[in-house]
Amino acid sequence: MNRFNKIFAYSSVFLISLCLLVVFLLAFRAIPFGADTMDVGHFYLEDAAKSTGSANIVTAVVLGFRGFDTLGEVMVLFLGAVGLGLVLSSQKDSTHSPAKTFPSLILKTMADLVFPFIVLFGIYIFMHGHISPGGGFPAGAVLASGYLLLFLSQRGGYHIRLAQRVETGSGLVFVIVGLAGLYFSGFFLHNFLPVGRLGSLYSAGIIPVLYSLIGIKVGAELGGIIYRLFGE
Amino acid sequence: MDLVRSLYYLGAFLLIGIGFYAVLGKKNLIKVIMGLSLIDNGINLLFIAIGYVRHHTAPIITSQISDTSLMVDPVPQALVLTAIVIELSVLALALALAVKVFAVHKTLNLNKIKGLKW
Repeated sequence: MNRFNKIFAYSSVFLISLCLLVVFLLAFRAIPFGADTMDVGHFYLEDAAKSTGSANIVTAVVLGFRGFDTLGEVMVLFLGAVGLGLVLSSQKDSTHSPAKTFPSLILKTMADLVFPFIVLFGIYIFMHGHISPGGGFPAGAVLASGYLLLFLSQRGGYHIRLAQRVETGSGLVFVIVGLAGLYFSGFFLHNFLPVGRLGSLYSAGIIPVLYSLIGIKVGAELGGIIYRLFGE
Repeated sequence: MDLVRSLYYLGAFLLIGIGFYAVLGKKNLIKVIMGLSLIDNGINLLFIAIGYVRHHTAPIITSQISDTSLMVDPVPQALVLTAIVIELSVLALALALAVKVFAVHKTLNLNKIKGLKW
């Protein structure tokens, strides 16, 4: 029976792969690699820098043109974190506990040394999201990696309640900034601040503000996920 | 279409295929979740590869590169930025569920978890 299952699984995987390959080959005869197949992309490339003031056009698309979509995305991440907390919260009384290993002296010392620089780098990334590659989401991942280092070194000093407050607070300020756009210019998440000179740090209106909020929120959220997964 | 020029498409296809293999053929729950992650990454790679335009640069205006007609498509990159975050949250939730399954059944082998069989 087990053998039959295995043969069945392998053949079904083979068939699915074959179908995928055929579909891909048929589909990509029309889109050769490296060809210019842009449609709305041309409009974004020409118009984004002028209308949003963001030198990074991907950021302009994500927050300038599709800010509402990004709000929904942050919401999905929040729901994932909440679901994880919900699933893992009810098993505190279970008997199994994480393996009792202790960090070495090298890990402890280097965690203390490196942690401020990781946080500084995360802040740098989310503040420069509109002029360089990066932005709020990678910055949040960098911040969370700093917290992961703190956990690995078992140093403590992570306040879960504070992180939750920071997270909800930055999400709230995101919506308030959007409502301010509605109040000042008539559209939700519309840019109401001066656009500034293209490529300088203080440019692109509300985009750096929103990306900073997203960076803080994602960092706190991922830190919370790490905290939950470590089973504290 | 020659093979070398569409190497990224092939790589994306391979990633998706390996992911399907892991989801359907593996019995360990962690490996199944890894397969889901591989499918996600393959699709992301496919998006970015479709958006690429030969000899064009990243869509970021700097003091050296300001000609926006020589940049790749920013839309797939923005979409993938969204998709990566969603993938991360799905992955975290799936791992949490795996932790829960292990706490209840004391095993991650899908053949030995009887609760779902009919």
